Amino acid sequence: MNPLPMPWLEAAILVAVAGALSISRLHNLNRAWRWGVAFTGVVFACTLLASLGFYLGVPAESDAGWSLQQYLFGRSYLGLDNLNAPLVPAVALLHFLTALATARTKMRSFSLTWSLTAEAIHLAKFGSKAPTVLVTLLAVGALLPLVEFVNRRRPFRLYALHMTLFIGLMLIGWYFLVSANGDATRTTMATVALLAAVLIRCGVVPVHCWLTDWFEHASFGIAILYVIPLSGVYAAIRLVLPIAPDWVLHGIGLVSLVTAVYAAGMALVQYEIRRFFAYLFLSHASLVLVGLEVHTAVSLTGALSLWFSVILSLGGFGLVLRALEGRFGRLSLIKHHGLYEHSPTLAVCFLLTGLASVGFPGTLGFVATDLLVDGAVMANLFVGLAVIAAAALNSIAIVRVYLLLFTGARHTSTVLLEITLRERIVVLTLAALILGGGLFPQPGVSSRRRAADEILEERANHSALPG
Amino acid sequence: MPEVIELMSGLGMVVIAAPILLVFFLGICSLLDRRLTEATIVKSIQAAIVVGLLAALGVLILMLAQDTRHVVVEVGEWVKMAGFHVTVKFVFDRLSVPFAILSFIVSGTIASFATRYMHRERGYNRFFVLYAVFLAGMIVASLAGTIETLFLGWELVGLSSALLVAFYQDRLGPSRNGLWIWCVYRVSDAALLLAAVVLHHMTGEGDFDQLLGAGPWPEGQASASGAQAFIVGILLLIAAAGKSGLIPFSGWLPRAMEGPTPSSAIFYGALSVHLGAYLLLRVSPLLECSLWLGAVIVVLGLSTAVLAYLIGSVQTDIKAALSFASLSQVGIIVAEIGLGFRYLALVHLLGHACLRTLQFVRASSLLHDYHALENAIGKHLPHAPFFPLRWVGTFTRASIYRLALDRGCLDSWLKMCIVAPFVRLFLWCDARERGWTDFLTGAQSRESSEVKPIPTGIEELT
Repeated sequence: MNPLPMPWLEAAILVAVAGALSISRLHNLNRAWRWGVAFTGVVFACTLLASLGFYLGVPAESDAGWSLQQYLFGRSYLGLDNLNAPLVPAVALLHFLTALATARTKMRSFSLTWSLTAEAIHLAKFGSKAPTVLVTLLAVGALLPLVEFVNRRRPFRLYALHMTLFIGLMLIGWYFLVSANGDATRTTMATVALLAAVLIRCGVVPVHCWLTDWFEHASFGIAILYVIPLSGVYAAIRLVLPIAPDWVLHGIGLVSLVTAVYAAGMALVQYEIRRFFAYLFLSHASLVLVGLEVHTAVSLTGALSLWFSVILSLGGFGLVLRALEGRFGRLSLIKHHGLYEHSPTLAVCFLLTGLASVGFPGTLGFVATDLLVDGAVMANLFVGLAVIAAAALNSIAIVRVYLLLFTGARHTSTVLLEITLRERIVVLTLAALILGGGLFPQPGVSSRRRAADEILEERANHSALPG
Repeated sequence: MPEVIELMSGLGMVVIAAPILLVFFLGICSLLDRRLTEATIVKSIQAAIVVGLLAALGVLILMLAQDTRHVVVEVGEWVKMAGFHVTVKFVFDRLSVPFAILSFIVSGTIASFATRYMHRERGYNRFFVLYAVFLAGMIVASLAGTIETLFLGWELVGLSSALLVAFYQDRLGPSRNGLWIWCVYRVSDAALLLAAVVLHHMTGEGDFDQLLGAGPWPEGQASASGAQAFIVGILLLIAAAGKSGLIPFSGWLPRAMEGPTPSSAIFYGALSVHLGAYLLLRVSPLLECSLWLGAVIVVLGLSTAVLAYLIGSVQTDIKAALSFASLSQVGIIVAEIGLGFRYLALVHLLGHACLRTLQFVRASSLLHDYHALENAIGKHLPHAPFFPLRWVGTFTRASIYRLALDRGCLDSWLKMCIVAPFVRLFLWCDARERGWTDFLTGAQSRESSEVKPIPTGIEELT
């Protein structure tokens, strides 16, 4: 029996939900962790099969007999296309690796129930193409961090303010969108409201403080899992890009460009590791948005490739920082720590994942950055300059932090601080993907190009509609 | 004839593959935590360099025998899609072959020296991994047939340089100097990347053949207009200035001496410091399209040469003195390129690289030998007076001396005009953000400023 014509994406979401429910009842941390790893592993396998089915051309209708959504709603709201087919397994992989790399010191603070719930929402979000479902899931997803704030007894007013604004604007935009019926004014209002919501969710300047605040107060693993998949960019592509007039896209581009350079500059002057990571992430997320603004086939392919690269390389980078934090507590960047002798593999992975995120040659990000710069220069030389400046500042920030953490002093410890076996598996998996994707980029780029062409086609079809 | 071309292509692939495979071998073993013995590392380095060198010599001999001046080894389209493609292509010609052979010979010599110099050093394996990355970068950059391929090699050289400067990791100085060098290199890399993209748009390709004409080096005729050549040329000149330590980036060169002597010798005496000049030589047909560009290059080269000479004259540390002596010669080579003397510049570059490598390697024992000589003759060795300053007034001489001691104030100038305002601006933004988040939170919003780095329960990890 061919296993591919099955609703694997639905299965992945259901397994994640089932996992969250069953783990919430476990009190033994070790047992909960083991089950958590098993559930996230199964979810990843399901998403991999779903993606494989899509790329092998298994028709979507062939799984109708097994589909729960068909049974409940009579139609499919979730499905894969060229845009989300590689993103869904990438997000699941990130969840699986994060659970696997969780040190015993972090088991108490890293909630696997939260992680599996977030995974289910992420997968449903990335699997949905219908605006109604997507808006609902984005709103629900934005509420999830509140649980973490409350659990950890941290102040959440700042986050709540931003997310109230985000959800409000999203709902207003959605309302105008469904009631537009070809009315140009309503469509424009919908676009502007959705755009504003997306910009808040992406954390562009000046509405980015929720993101640094989130990294301040959440568990590092949970903070990474919530932001790294770039849900805001997905919303921008599904909700805004098809209907947005050019001036709206230029607006996105301008604020994103400012954010990319500003966040890169801020990453350079940070004196604490989490804030540094938050700004680094912001800069990368904004660079992806810049590619959307230019919306040529080349720049869009670059943006989509960079997005995939960010999930793996910045995700891996975050996991390395988390592993370091698990050993040494919160790391300040006001002095040199000299940790290389204790954790050489972590040091190498820090550099590998960090430099991959800024497009170092031979890594996953190189072709993505090259495409993005190429597309940006084609549109405007100054946009290209700003993209290059942001990438250069980010790479300086990464090497600065590497030198601060791993060199410049002699760290003495009576305890072995070497990388553990589980962490080694995680970082080697990511290293293999980053280097493999960097040395053989053609399949990835072709896949992203098909997605870019689909997006541009959808945009062109919408422009051709009367009104 | 086709068989000979195939043979040359095959040998060309071996030249490129040997150092790249070395990087993979040493890098993967390190990642998998497979500790290699010193003997294994030495043998693998020797094997890669000997194989690469023999293959490069084979290509040279076949080129001479066939009277061929331009052999292209096309690896293929690395990325190809409508509107964008990146081709991996290598070119063997009168410029690249001597430089690749020089790279192998000097790397082999220094590797042999380093195996003894670094014996039982804690970072022995790390040193040779970075050394292999450097060698791969040099070979890829010197044989690159497209600007994207050159960028790949260029970046590998930059990263290995910065990390080798910070090699002695338990000291503060190397770490700080490594960061400074990385910053300068990133400016240089950004200029090269922008030049690559602009070139792509000018010619539709990143191939040097398209940009510089199809003729073998140095006879190509660039198709760019004067204005286009000036813009791209200036970007390439910034890239070259960063890599070769030309004004205003000269300050990083003495900082780079913090690394182990073998890496100083090969990076800042022989190969890396010449990579900027090599880039200018590679694009020299483009430089002829703009008289102004040539003039800028000559002025920059000569200024660097004079300043480096003055600074080098007052150094008290032999490695710093040698590095500025190198820079002085690099400045002259750049000026020669600007004046259009390409073969002279190439021969100057090759000869200078060999001489300076020898001097760097010799530097460690030179002082010891000087002491032995002075003991033998019973007095200090005679020093020739500084000839050109005899007729200069005392005040001018003092000013020049001060300028030389301050190393032309280039680093201070860069710090004062660029780094300090940049850091102040972003620290100010950070403070404003803090005020804003405190206001929105209604309390102290930054947990990170209160939490001290305390190890928590690390014993659970073991």
